[in-house]
Amino acid sequence: MLKLPIYLDNNATTPMDPRVLEAMTPYFLQNFGNAASRNHPFGWAAEEAVDYSREQVAKLIGADPKEIIFTSGATEADNLGIKGVFEMYASKGNHIITATTEHKAVLDTCKHIEKSGGEVTYLNVQPDGLIDLAELEAAIKPTTILISIMYANNEIGTVMPIKEISSIARKHGVLVFTDATQAVGKIPVNVNKDGIDLMAFTAHKMYGPKGVGALYVRRKNPRVKVTAQMDGGGHERGMRSGTLNVPGIVGFGKACELCMLEMETDSKRVSALRDKLENALLTLEEAYVNGNRQYRLPHVANISFKHVEGEGLLMGFNKNIALSSGSACTSASLEPSYVLKALGLGDDLAHSSLRFGLSRFTTEEEIDYTIKAISDTVLKLREMSPLWEMYKEGIDLNSIQWAAH
Amino acid sequence: MAYSEKVIDHYQNPKNVGTLDKSSKNVGTGLVGAPECGDVMRLQIEVNNETGMITDAKFKTFGCGSAIASSSLATEWLKGKSVDEALKIDNMTIVEELNLPPVKIHCSVLAEDAIKAAINDYREKNGLEKIKFEESVIH
Repeated sequence: MLKLPIYLDNNATTPMDPRVLEAMTPYFLQNFGNAASRNHPFGWAAEEAVDYSREQVAKLIGADPKEIIFTSGATEADNLGIKGVFEMYASKGNHIITATTEHKAVLDTCKHIEKSGGEVTYLNVQPDGLIDLAELEAAIKPTTILISIMYANNEIGTVMPIKEISSIARKHGVLVFTDATQAVGKIPVNVNKDGIDLMAFTAHKMYGPKGVGALYVRRKNPRVKVTAQMDGGGHERGMRSGTLNVPGIVGFGKACELCMLEMETDSKRVSALRDKLENALLTLEEAYVNGNRQYRLPHVANISFKHVEGEGLLMGFNKNIALSSGSACTSASLEPSYVLKALGLGDDLAHSSLRFGLSRFTTEEEIDYTIKAISDTVLKLREMSPLWEMYKEGIDLNSIQWAAH
Repeated sequence: MAYSEKVIDHYQNPKNVGTLDKSSKNVGTGLVGAPECGDVMRLQIEVNNETGMITDAKFKTFGCGSAIASSSLATEWLKGKSVDEALKIDNMTIVEELNLPPVKIHCSVLAEDAIKAAINDYREKNGLEKIKFEESVIH
């Protein structure tokens, strides 16, 4: 039975897996202790649970449990990783390299660093969303301390060549930080094989609870340290003070364990559904996939439907299908997605995009419904679109003097 | 953001979608907005040269639901009005009728601009001087 509304916005957040909730429940009521309380059974139970979760989280990414710093989420981990390195390694240099398609949590952190006397290079990406490795290497200078490139992009799902990036970084003695929020739990991520020194990720993008994430900080070859960004009780080996969110951390651990066990089967099934959806929508005229189709997360598709505006398109079915668009008609700036623009898409195509994020829970029936609803709406809105009419008449839209608005 | 029922109704059942013969002397066409901004409206009026009354109005819009609703509503209001009356349609009346939130006021401004542009196109075709409008405030 098809149940509406359908959720296809899993890059924003995933639903929790019921098995995760089940694991968390006892830590709200019976085992409510503070993991830092060393003198009684309540504290011991909480600490034991946190230790166990730390192992589950570490195992998923091939790390040592001691290398996991729990945070409130990926944004905090991005801040701690980047600012923490910038402050800790100030005597070595002040230059950071990142890319224009990074998440705002990274870009805005870099902006902050520029204000505090740092220097940041923002690499452009190629039309498929990947960075140019030669350009990356050329950007490294004697003062470079960190390369921050995301593992996989949240809007287009493009997976960056992290292994190649880290081997370049190693050669020059530069640390590698990666925001792997969208990748961990969805595709195999291994901090040692990938040569990652610091990595941010979060539970709520992999069927875990919101409000808990982690920063991986390498302890060996090289031993990496970050300056704490919050003062307090010195939790998490002094790198992140604050009472641990025990139920959240337990849920995070369970979510990681489930991803570890089910990632392979999930990703096969989900990528088949994604391909079905994508191929069906591409049979519409003037529909384009954004980002590299080969190096891509298995559950993500970003498609532009030319001459139809994204928000208008969403309105055709957003009561029944939850999706997001690269259009930003509601934002004060009216600026469409900076990620899509960085790929070189014109504003018109950026305004015309939809982002699909499938999940472990997506069914084929939901995909079939979605294909029909979107196709119908695209056709209906094109009938209503002056741009489509001009396109059909063979008028070059670039030849028109549009009134600035 | 939730849309008002009126916006949803115009979006689902838009009034007067279509194209009038833009080469015809008694048809005025206004094309406003830009693809880069995510809104393009084309609004057309057909005027009875003798009475000065608008006998038909059509639109096509590339844009969000509020932009579609604003232009759909504008065509409904235009039909049966004289050109002079049509000039008095103010974007804020559209805002009120459709309950547009502040971030969508530009959609109503665009509709008002489209009306004015269509009227000026009609005037120009018929040897009348174009009316100079003040720049719309909210852009």
